[in-house]
Amino acid sequence: MAKEMLTGNAAAAWGVRLAEVDYIPAYPVTPQTEIIETIARWISNGDMDARFVTMDSEHSMITAAGAASAAGVRAFTASSSQGLLYGFEMLYTVAGWRVPLVMVNVSRGLSAPITLEPDHNDILAARDCGFLQIHCETCQEVLDSILIAYRIAEDEKILLPVFVNLDGFLLSFTREPVEIPLLDDVKKFLPAYTPKHAFFRSGKPMAQGVSVLGGPIYSYFKYQMHLAAMNGLAVYKEVCKEFENIFGRRYDTTDGYMLEDAEYVLIMMDSFSTLGKAAVKKAREKGIKAGLLRLRLLRPFPERDIMAAIKGKKAAAVLDQNISIGKGGILHSEIAGAMFNEKERPLLLSFIGGLGGKNISPVEFEFIFDTMINAEKTGVVPEPHLLYTEAEWKEMERVKKIAGKV
Amino acid sequence: MNITPIKSIKDLPLEDNLFPGTAMCAGCGGLLALRHCLKALGEKTVIVNAAGCFTLLSIYPFTPFKGSWLYTAMASAPAGAQGVRDALDILIKKGRIKQDEDLKVVVLTGDGAAYDMGLSSTSGAIYRNLDFYYICYDNEAYGNTGFQWSGATPYASKTGTTPVGKFNPTGAEVSKKNLFEIWRSHKPPYLATISPAHQVDLFNKFKKAEEYKGPKLFISHSPCPPGWATDPSHSVKLAKLSVDTGIWALKEAIYGEVRHTLVPKKFKPVEEYLEGQGRFTHLFKPVRQEDTISKIQEMVNEYWKGVKE
Ligand SMILES: Cc1ncc(C[n+]2csc(CCOP(=O)(O)OP(=O)(O)O)c2C)c(N)n1
Ligand code: SF4
Ligand SMILES: [Mg+2]
Repeated sequence: MAKEMLTGNAAAAWGVRLAEVDYIPAYPVTPQTEIIETIARWISNGDMDARFVTMDSEHSMITAAGAASAAGVRAFTASSSQGLLYGFEMLYTVAGWRVPLVMVNVSRGLSAPITLEPDHNDILAARDCGFLQIHCETCQEVLDSILIAYRIAEDEKILLPVFVNLDGFLLSFTREPVEIPLLDDVKKFLPAYTPKHAFFRSGKPMAQGVSVLGGPIYSYFKYQMHLAAMNGLAVYKEVCKEFENIFGRRYDTTDGYMLEDAEYVLIMMDSFSTLGKAAVKKAREKGIKAGLLRLRLLRPFPERDIMAAIKGKKAAAVLDQNISIGKGGILHSEIAGAMFNEKERPLLLSFIGGLGGKNISPVEFEFIFDTMINAEKTGVVPEPHLLYTEAEWKEMERVKKIAGKV
Repeated sequence: MNITPIKSIKDLPLEDNLFPGTAMCAGCGGLLALRHCLKALGEKTVIVNAAGCFTLLSIYPFTPFKGSWLYTAMASAPAGAQGVRDALDILIKKGRIKQDEDLKVVVLTGDGAAYDMGLSSTSGAIYRNLDFYYICYDNEAYGNTGFQWSGATPYASKTGTTPVGKFNPTGAEVSKKNLFEIWRSHKPPYLATISPAHQVDLFNKFKKAEEYKGPKLFISHSPCPPGWATDPSHSVKLAKLSVDTGIWALKEAIYGEVRHTLVPKKFKPVEEYLEGQGRFTHLFKPVRQEDTISKIQEMVNEYWKGVKE
């Protein structure tokens, strides 16, 4: 099948088009805007039979998307960074409505200081809200993940919204060859949405989003969401198997690179993983038994799969492109938590890098592998490191001088 | 227009679409207004609610409505209405539900949501000409959180966050926002103020609004016994007094053209309305605050002078 050169954003729009989404409330924010502009253009041209509304804010946008989903249509929306946080209240709300909304987040660092470039603090802030999360490394994966996301979200064992995450700039604006599936194949994989649990129509009155009084009722509904999310692990695997059968592309909960015989494992997410994989290859050339584990499904958290992937390794290093101020790397905490009761577990190191789109250079990856090897030798796990090069430091000194701060 | 307005309270439909037994306070003026709004709207409705007292109308596993309900959040009920309306239109257009399964989409919020936090989402919905109803029950404060100052709180009202004290003998120091005018500037097809004490006027306004596609907006003055510190049995009397003193003007605006639907023949002094309410007692006791009372009277006079001109 022919491949087209698509940006990550265009690939996302194609996913939405092929999923035959009915409704897209939208609001612009860099670096996501190309997604909604592309969809708007297709609707205007008649290439897509859907309704598009530009809302007054992301808070309104997520409300409208969730409400439309609660009324029984297939809805989509997208945001990034400041926009995601502006709509934050509604993420928890629509997840609690148990509506199968699919939303793309194009990762971008959070203000202040205000920036346009990517890191994962935005999407990780939404870690606990009840949306499932799929993280993408390639443009192809973005398109495919949207189709997979609807299948999972609409599965009656789940009925939770799903995020598909891609990095701003590095993926959103980068063209890669993408195979656009045939609509007939997509229809086989993703049937029309016909909800049994949430809709509004006369003669069948339904109260949705109602209040509860008392902890027992609240706990019941919250824990139900958790159990549904955990069902997602098995459902994800079934759905991806089916996806592979139809489209020939395979997506596991995690993505391993040169992992099998690796002794030192780098753990990453999203598009910077491509840099990580190149670094692994280079380390191998130097005789280091390096490997990479990319987390693809973050919610539900595939704890077992992650543990199986790092079992028996000498050391693992989590490279967090985020920072929980006052704690450190978020993924590091999650993985450390998962490992605690494992009898055989590798040393676990923590690195923070790529904040606000900061590049991670080959030297920095080399540093990570060297630090892992050293930790394994000495048995001493160092304090978490911030990846920052000498040249970057010098440049920072220079701009500080201009700012009058010496 | 082919609607005949009803003349008397005896012409109101007997059927209710809001059942009794809710958790609202005795004498809740907003609830009385809502009951009559729903008499006019019928049972084919979906109410999209924002955080406020009325959020506690539907408490799992009960709902007092014959129609459907969706609680959203404090700021975005009109955006929820947009999603529901659009979804119903899509489903009808694509043949997935029948035309007669359609519903009227009704936003229901308090004044705090309408005058303050939800202004952006409401403005957006009106501006996009969304086909929906909006009922704002205006109890002139954040009631559900215990009666704090909102953009709808009138001048000189005591609230939890405008307490009366040595340094502030007045209470709320600014006057109520003019939501009617804010909404009217969007030129919606139908906009009206209503009162739970004027049920015939209320009913006829809803029936008239039905003729229009687009935003149909209602603001109901809503006596609130715990917040206003009044006796529950006085709510209807107070709602009436607010109209008779000219404090609450009953009017409508069709595409922005204003018409008053009730002009009192002889205005009662505002004092009659203020006096009986705990939230205004500081204007009368321990010393009478003549200046403040006359200022309120002047504001009312000023308004009606404008109407008559
Ligand atoms: C975003 C947000 N902020 C604050 C609240 C707390 N809150 C709940 S109800 C309410 C008062 C709403 O006032 P109003 O709209 O006038 O309705 P009323 O309570 O008077 O019925 C507030 C402030 C909330 N639910 N959500
Ligand atoms: S506090 Fe006021 S508005 Fe709220 S339910 Fe009670 S009477 Fe009604
Ligand atoms: Mg109020």
